[in-house]
Amino acid sequence: MRVPLSWLREYVDLPATTTGRDVQEKLIAVGLEVETVERLGDGLKGPLVVGQVLTIEELEGFKKPIRFCTVDVGRANRTGEPQEIVCGARNFSVGDKVVVVLPGAVLPGDFKIAARKTYGRTSHGMICSGDELGMGDDGSGGIIVLPPVTEVGTDAIELLELVDEVLDIAVTPDRGYCLSMRGVARETATAFGLPLRDPALLDVPPPNAGGYPVKVADPIGCSRFTARTVTGLEPEARTPIWMQRRLQKAGMRPLSLAVDVTNYVMLELGQPLHAYDRQTVDGPIGVRRATPGEQLTTLDGTKRVLGAEDLVITDNRGPIGLAGVMGGANTEIAAPVADPESGRLRGTTDVVIEAAHFDAITIARAARRHKLSSEAAKRFERGVDPEAASAAAQRTVDLLVLLAGGTAEEGVTEIVSPRGPRTITIPADHPDKVAGVVYGRETVVRRLQQVGCDVYGQDELVVSVPSWRPDLSDPNDLAEEVIRLEGYENLPSTLPLPPAGRGLTERQRLHRRVGRALAGAGYVETLNYPFIGSAVLDQLGIEADDPRRDAVTLVNPLSDEEPDLRTTLIPGLLGALRRNYGRGTHDLALFETGPVFRATGEEKPARRLVVDRRPTDDEIASLDASLPQQPRRAAVVLAGAREQAGWWGAGYPTGWADAIEAGRAVAREAGVELIVRQDQHAPWHPGRCAALLAVADGEEILVGNAGELHPRVIKSLGLPERTSAMEIDLDRLERAASGVLKAPRISTFPVATQDVALVVEAAVPAAEVETALRDGAGELLESLRLFDVFTGEQVGAGKKSLAYALRFRAEDRTLTAEEASAARDAAVAAAVERVGAVLRG
Amino acid sequence: MSAPNKSYDPVEVEALKPEEIARRVDEALAAIAAAADLEALREVKVAHTGDRSPLALANREIGALPPHAKADAGKRVGQARGRVNQALKARQEELEAERDARVLVEEAVDVTLPYERIASGARHPLTAFMERVADVFVAMGYEVAEGPEVEAEWFNFDALNFVPDHPARQMQDTFFVQGNGTQGDESGVVLRTHTSPVQARTLVDREPPVYVVCPGRVYRTDELDATHSPVFHQIELLAVDEGLTMADLKGTLDHMVQALFGPDMKTRLRPNYFPFTEPSAEMDMVCYVCRGESVGNPDRPCRTCSSEGWIELGGCGMVNPKVLVACGVDPEKYSGFAFGFGIDRMLMFRHNVEDMRDMFEGDVRFTRPFGMEI
Repeated sequence: MRVPLSWLREYVDLPATTTGRDVQEKLIAVGLEVETVERLGDGLKGPLVVGQVLTIEELEGFKKPIRFCTVDVGRANRTGEPQEIVCGARNFSVGDKVVVVLPGAVLPGDFKIAARKTYGRTSHGMICSGDELGMGDDGSGGIIVLPPVTEVGTDAIELLELVDEVLDIAVTPDRGYCLSMRGVARETATAFGLPLRDPALLDVPPPNAGGYPVKVADPIGCSRFTARTVTGLEPEARTPIWMQRRLQKAGMRPLSLAVDVTNYVMLELGQPLHAYDRQTVDGPIGVRRATPGEQLTTLDGTKRVLGAEDLVITDNRGPIGLAGVMGGANTEIAAPVADPESGRLRGTTDVVIEAAHFDAITIARAARRHKLSSEAAKRFERGVDPEAASAAAQRTVDLLVLLAGGTAEEGVTEIVSPRGPRTITIPADHPDKVAGVVYGRETVVRRLQQVGCDVYGQDELVVSVPSWRPDLSDPNDLAEEVIRLEGYENLPSTLPLPPAGRGLTERQRLHRRVGRALAGAGYVETLNYPFIGSAVLDQLGIEADDPRRDAVTLVNPLSDEEPDLRTTLIPGLLGALRRNYGRGTHDLALFETGPVFRATGEEKPARRLVVDRRPTDDEIASLDASLPQQPRRAAVVLAGAREQAGWWGAGYPTGWADAIEAGRAVAREAGVELIVRQDQHAPWHPGRCAALLAVADGEEILVGNAGELHPRVIKSLGLPERTSAMEIDLDRLERAASGVLKAPRISTFPVATQDVALVVEAAVPAAEVETALRDGAGELLESLRLFDVFTGEQVGAGKKSLAYALRFRAEDRTLTAEEASAARDAAVAAAVERVGAVLRG
Repeated sequence: MSAPNKSYDPVEVEALKPEEIARRVDEALAAIAAAADLEALREVKVAHTGDRSPLALANREIGALPPHAKADAGKRVGQARGRVNQALKARQEELEAERDARVLVEEAVDVTLPYERIASGARHPLTAFMERVADVFVAMGYEVAEGPEVEAEWFNFDALNFVPDHPARQMQDTFFVQGNGTQGDESGVVLRTHTSPVQARTLVDREPPVYVVCPGRVYRTDELDATHSPVFHQIELLAVDEGLTMADLKGTLDHMVQALFGPDMKTRLRPNYFPFTEPSAEMDMVCYVCRGESVGNPDRPCRTCSSEGWIELGGCGMVNPKVLVACGVDPEKYSGFAFGFGIDRMLMFRHNVEDMRDMFEGDVRFTRPFGMEI
């Protein structure tokens, strides 16, 4: 809602020194979001006067048509001589009244006016367009042509009210009444402690039988319908400048007098109005729900197919308007057109004015269904004061009579579904309890009265709320009114004392640790959008029956290419990797933790449960069953150098081993030792892919995969060579977590070290050799480390040599050389037996 | 060596003459002083204190002296040897110190050499900041609650008093999830548009008193630009207990901004409207960048607050009793307050981030400087 300060002053006697910014501050404090205060005509300086065009000479030979004019500006140029002005606009004729800016003046934007040579003539000033004066675009793109009655020489700054301030208010859904000058004026009056002149307090004749016939078939959709008729409108009558200017400042474009008047009254009182050309309405006006398939062409020229929920205004032919949203083209007020024979203007002369009250939800749905947000719909959706309808109709009639020379017919149609006043009962100290402040009964009552409530009672207040506040329905709504008018800024600051908390949960701690561990290992965290498409899964080589294809799909994705939610973290990370690479960073280690989304195919539509009680446990379970699985994961991607070459020596590239180690690092944070197995799984290189497993409840479960990406994937996604990746499921890891660690016993007896080199088939996994050695070595084995892997002629084709350092130690004694050797021999024997190892000499 | 001879006059034994001993000592001391390094000193030591050295040989002569002369001669030789040994030791220490000093100089390195073998990692500032905000409340006794990102509409909207035709439920804001089976089935499931459904989940799950915060990721159908992102982050707070007031809300907010932005930070509440709170307020804090000094000061415009002096942090208010009812909490007995703030925006002005896109593109040059905690 755009509110010109000059207009606001009509209802509240603000001190002359009060600025738009002062009003903004006060209104913000009472809860109106005044987003900006626009200062119109800032820096504007005259002379700016009304002139009359005396002569027009068309100048030829320029790229565009140019006119050399003489304009009578009265005594404004001190000489009284016609002013010579060059003008590029063409929408005026000799005799027209225009706005002339004379040398010495300054237009908005620090545009200084001086006599200047142009197109071979000297221009002593300018004939102005609305744009140049900061009036906003009137749509014509041409200069302003004033009504013929305007006097030459009049100061145009005052005439056009060019200097003003406009408050732009973002009205929240609960304050529909502030989509009117009346509502904003009420808040302003209360905020400044000044009286309000309510523009809706008009003398309205009582309804009678002589009005235009109206039949409301749906009193729920339309609880009130006032119809008034004005006849004999003069087609020549134009909207006065003051009204045009107010409409413009409020952000509406002046059209024709009858339409402008309805818009003006809507802005003033908040009641949307519609004017029908009586000559084109066929029979009684009706209000009913549409028959599915019925059609209506609305004023915007769109043909609309109506549904059974749409509320329509009808005449004998059918729908003539979409109630509360937009009128129909078939009863539109005709703009005045000159009759080709007589030259006289012809247009609508008789109008029927509708001031009705429609159901908010019906209008909201219709506006949404037809994607048609009109000024009327915006107001009905938020709630219009039903009691203001007849006043608004009266105000419209008065203005049409006054400005268009019309005659008000005596007939007044008013159809009203009766409804009682709405009352709320609250303890008088309820606002005090909500705020934590003692306001006292007297303050509470006074504030509620300022809002427009009638208040009765002592300790229990019976509050009947005003018709323009449909949002006030509960005790806390009334508490808010009192607290906001007393000032949120005056609330004290106190701290409640919560019961002792338990800190973070194990799961929350784990998630934090995982992030820290990966960052500590040199990985940089990224937060990638979880939107993916099937194309990237194709590029990753993921098969059609892979569970990662079971994505959750959005109805309204941002991009049709990526309508799904991620089922794996890898695509997002690879996107970030590629972006970094493209920007010149080539050594990369990235990670992300977060949920992936897996449709189970079993999800049932989530029911819309009631809200007047807690849902039952079964109902809540049914909601949870409508959701996909959302396990939390961690993943890394790597490319380029893991360690840089430098003065210290060679570096080494990232690879499959780093990826697997990242998995181990994550698992360690959960207290889980991973089991690593060879695997073949997209998008990884079939020979360089590990399955990561953990033991939970005595069973091995797959928790993730790691390794180097498949060369085909690297190629199709345009990734750096040898890009590696790891992804691990944190929820599954959590299941495998070992719980509270038991401290190890430390033996202080000396260690006995034994090295062994074993030759095995190349295909035997090192992990199996290690397991065999550990099992064979028994309890004396303190640690075991693989320190060399060797292949070559000495060990034979298809074989490899693995060299281990074994450390033995006993808890209670120094081991003898024989004991250590025996343990080593037992370890070797187990390796010989289980993996076919041969001890190298 | 001379044979023992009782009539032998010690003074007559050449090697034991005081002058002779003094001369030997002087010789030894001169040689010790002249030794240039430890190797030379080792040779001097052999020559002047070894078995064949003159003083050692002189010492042997003592045994042949008559008893009355032994003591005198022994004392003389012993003192001489002592002086030589002492000088040796001193010179040894001196030379060792010189050698050590030389070696340390030789071993000196350029400690300014770079050593970035593995580039440092970092956590995303949004993750780190969410933890920091949560920790402020955990320290006060709040617990951290969580909920799913793909959420049932009932939790995201209905339970929070968003009536079915509320504008926020409309297509232009909310990502809707497709239903199973034939197209067009409404799933009743959305990407949560705020962290507030966790309020409802928490109240449904726990008995009051409830004091929780919920940091998390939320979704709206905004295109990514310098100030908007379809995926962003919020932190939600919910307190439900007996006798909670708006003053308690104000105090809690004050505490938060002071903990996060410094002790001189102030907050301001402005009336606003949210379905799930009543009364509702928008919360502003003094502009972190200009501290309000840009207001009415065209020479010092502030981009962060558009020279308004205040920054909008988010919505808050007293939990609407309708929400309590929908979650099974008795509004006659309990009241509560709640707020929800955009973490991304807070991070942007706390750390002078100019473009929202920087936070979601994953460029390591942006993230790395933030390190582990912020």
